[in-house]
Amino acid sequence: MAVEGRTPEPAQPAGFRAFWARYSPLFVPILAVITALIVGAVIIGMTGGDWLAAYIGLWQGAFGSPRALANTVIRSTPYIICGLAVALAFKSGLFNIGAEGQLYAGAMCAVVIGTTLQLPPIFHIPMGIVAGAVGGAAWAAIAGILKARTGAHEVINTIMLNYIALRLTDWLIRSRQPLLLGDPLDTSSSRTPFIAESMRLPNIRLGETTALHAGILMAIILVFVVAWFLNRTTIGFELRTSGTNPNAAKYAGISVPKTIVLAMVLSGSLAGLAGAGEVMGVRYAVSTDFISGVGFDAIAVALLARSNPIGILFSGLLWGALLTGARLMQVRAGISIDVIRIIQALIIMFIAADQIVRWLYRIPQRKPGEEVLISKGWGG
Amino acid sequence: MTQNGQDRPVVLEARGITKRFPGVVANDNVSLKLLHGEVLALLGENGAGKSTLMNILYGLYSQDEGEIFVNGAPLRVNSPHESIERGIGMVHQHFQLVPVMTVTENVILGNEVMRRGLLDRRQAGQRIREISQQYGLPVEPEALIADLDVGAQQRVEIIKALYRNADILILDEPTAVLTPQEADDLVRVMRTLTAQGKSLIFITHKLREVLEVADRIMVLRGGRVVGETTPAEATEASLASLMVGRTVLLRVDKEAARPGAPVLEVRNLQVRDDRQLMAVNDVSFEVHAGEILGIAGVQGNGQTELVQAVNGLRSAVAGSIRIAGQDVTLASSRTVSELGVAHIPEDRQRDGIIASYPLTDNGVLEYYYREPFARGIVRNEQEVTKHAQDLVTRFDVRTPGVHVSASSLSGGNQQKFIVAREFSHPLKLLIAAQPTRGIDVGSIEFIHNQIVHKRDEGVAVLVVSAELDEILALSDRIAVMYHGRVVAIVNNGDLSREQLGLLMAGVSLTEAMVLQQ
Repeated sequence: MAVEGRTPEPAQPAGFRAFWARYSPLFVPILAVITALIVGAVIIGMTGGDWLAAYIGLWQGAFGSPRALANTVIRSTPYIICGLAVALAFKSGLFNIGAEGQLYAGAMCAVVIGTTLQLPPIFHIPMGIVAGAVGGAAWAAIAGILKARTGAHEVINTIMLNYIALRLTDWLIRSRQPLLLGDPLDTSSSRTPFIAESMRLPNIRLGETTALHAGILMAIILVFVVAWFLNRTTIGFELRTSGTNPNAAKYAGISVPKTIVLAMVLSGSLAGLAGAGEVMGVRYAVSTDFISGVGFDAIAVALLARSNPIGILFSGLLWGALLTGARLMQVRAGISIDVIRIIQALIIMFIAADQIVRWLYRIPQRKPGEEVLISKGWGG
Repeated sequence: MTQNGQDRPVVLEARGITKRFPGVVANDNVSLKLLHGEVLALLGENGAGKSTLMNILYGLYSQDEGEIFVNGAPLRVNSPHESIERGIGMVHQHFQLVPVMTVTENVILGNEVMRRGLLDRRQAGQRIREISQQYGLPVEPEALIADLDVGAQQRVEIIKALYRNADILILDEPTAVLTPQEADDLVRVMRTLTAQGKSLIFITHKLREVLEVADRIMVLRGGRVVGETTPAEATEASLASLMVGRTVLLRVDKEAARPGAPVLEVRNLQVRDDRQLMAVNDVSFEVHAGEILGIAGVQGNGQTELVQAVNGLRSAVAGSIRIAGQDVTLASSRTVSELGVAHIPEDRQRDGIIASYPLTDNGVLEYYYREPFARGIVRNEQEVTKHAQDLVTRFDVRTPGVHVSASSLSGGNQQKFIVAREFSHPLKLLIAAQPTRGIDVGSIEFIHNQIVHKRDEGVAVLVVSAELDEILALSDRIAVMYHGRVVAIVNNGDLSREQLGLLMAGVSLTEAMVLQQ
């Protein structure tokens, strides 16, 4: 055994190196996660915690029981859908930082439909979904049109639209005079009325607090729809081409400004769907402390999957699992939940600076043209 | 190296240089001797290993095998710093100058003369004037680089090397950006330099210049030295076949044009460039079916904007454009393309191809939305793949397959693929901008023949090229552009190469006629 402790490289079969050279770049995201967990363990150890107990708690909290698993799935659903929104924009050469605001816009539109209409579920649920998509799309379209018409950078405008969406939601909910979207029965005036039963997504109950709703099915379907749309349709081709090389797209007769608006609209509608899904499946209302941060974490989810829709299914699940498992980790090892945030940040850093991971695991360097397209530079 | 080499000392010698890159041997046991006061021309196609060899000599790369000697002493550590110290200077094809700085500042950059902690501009300027006079390189030390024309910028680059006391100068494709007259000036400068004891390595793929200026010629192909000769023993044809490895037709074989009805009619066109300056000013011409109109001119005289306007990529300020009788002055690029207009863009990496896309997607870049490549919005991958395979076979594009990314192809093969794509649809008008820039002789020959073939099928062809030789080889009629205007339209053969060169430099037609007499 001690012999095997030496560097294993010379003992490897000759074919392994060739295999590693060829396929290892695909493992970069996985290795980034592993590396981040190792660094996280070191941080826990240095602060005097028991890293093994922490990680066992993390695992069991996320996957240890059917209920834990259901909680992970519920938590992951908005990350997956919102991750798709960010990825679709990335593929179109746009950096949509505004998923957060678009998610709020979608959620609010769903609430309006859910509180004002009375319909049988077979109509009410689709209407809620459509309302969410339309709300998100409209919010994102503002940034898209500004970019297409005036060249204003989408990063700045989507950030600003986030602020507007968040503050607007807050005001719509809290305002009593006039009463806008707040619930008159809620004394703390911190949420909207609950949506009608007929617009709530069907679910399976596991225990008192866990209701696994149908949103995950929507997320899985969307993963495949987005993958198909980007790679197998002419519109997807236009989006990708404008995103990769706007000059060549122009020469090929593609209207780049139109494509920019379309990409933002589609991206925003996905983010809006994520918001509607949370309203219809989990909360049944929008409160002032809604699911803040999902739109930002979605950027990380998309990056981790390198904007590959199928990959987002897994990176979204990972994100949900880390957050779900954190609570049991805290109980078992007495470690602050913030450690999970540190690990998430480390994962993103190892993805962004993937040269570190490549160097650590002897993965060949990127060839020209293989760079992960994140977005065009400022003003680009 | 026989008759020249008797009495001159060897200033630079490379022995058995081998350089491998993953998957390629860029230099395979290459040896080279540069004698004092001579011009050694290094000839080869793109990818033959010229640049690799020069980058090794200049210290930018280190060789895997082999040795380099400067004046008999080995050059050990490979870094540009040491090469410069040992008297090797390089003039890159793309100038390494800072446009907002003066000539003096650019020349002393990295080699500043200080006096009491301050830059001594006056002393530096004085030395630049001396160098400029000694070698016949007229340049004003106080001028801003941005205000200088390309020829003057190149002189600054040469002065920069001489200022660092270079005795060996490597000139990388120095004539690519020059007008014919500027190129003649450069040849004169090269003669002055060698007469005063400098030794030059001259990299090029233009055969005419090699024969004119070189003392010895070395030909590289596939990383190996395939021949050494002198201008006395060589002809353009013999050099071309050495470069390509087979006999090459240098003249395009074509019959007289049989022009038909006008296909492209441009009337009093005015187009502004990105800085809102008038780039195309009152331009009128026609291209008929079955003829090739060549637009000659030094780059940046409005050709780019003219082509963009015709293609619907840039809107005209005034005037009109008609294609096949239809007014397309304000039409979108897709409308123009659907009229049967194909366009080979001048910058293929930027506009013609998407480097990260596979050939399959690149093959349908303009027609991806049409039957049979798509039905509704759903792509038909089988048809797309079949189309790419078809293009590759018909135009003999060298590629391991159609699913590899376009970036893995050589420049010549990328261009062949673009030409194949543009030719794969029914055409009325073909616009070819710099159709053979930066590609090898073999591919140039092939693409030229294909363009002539299209003409013979009755397509109207507009060729824009900065290479006068290409214009002369292809065109039936020639229009010369200077400062946004068409200064002359003549039949090919009416004017000499020199007269066209004068027109390109801004001399008026009547003056050009007189000057040549």
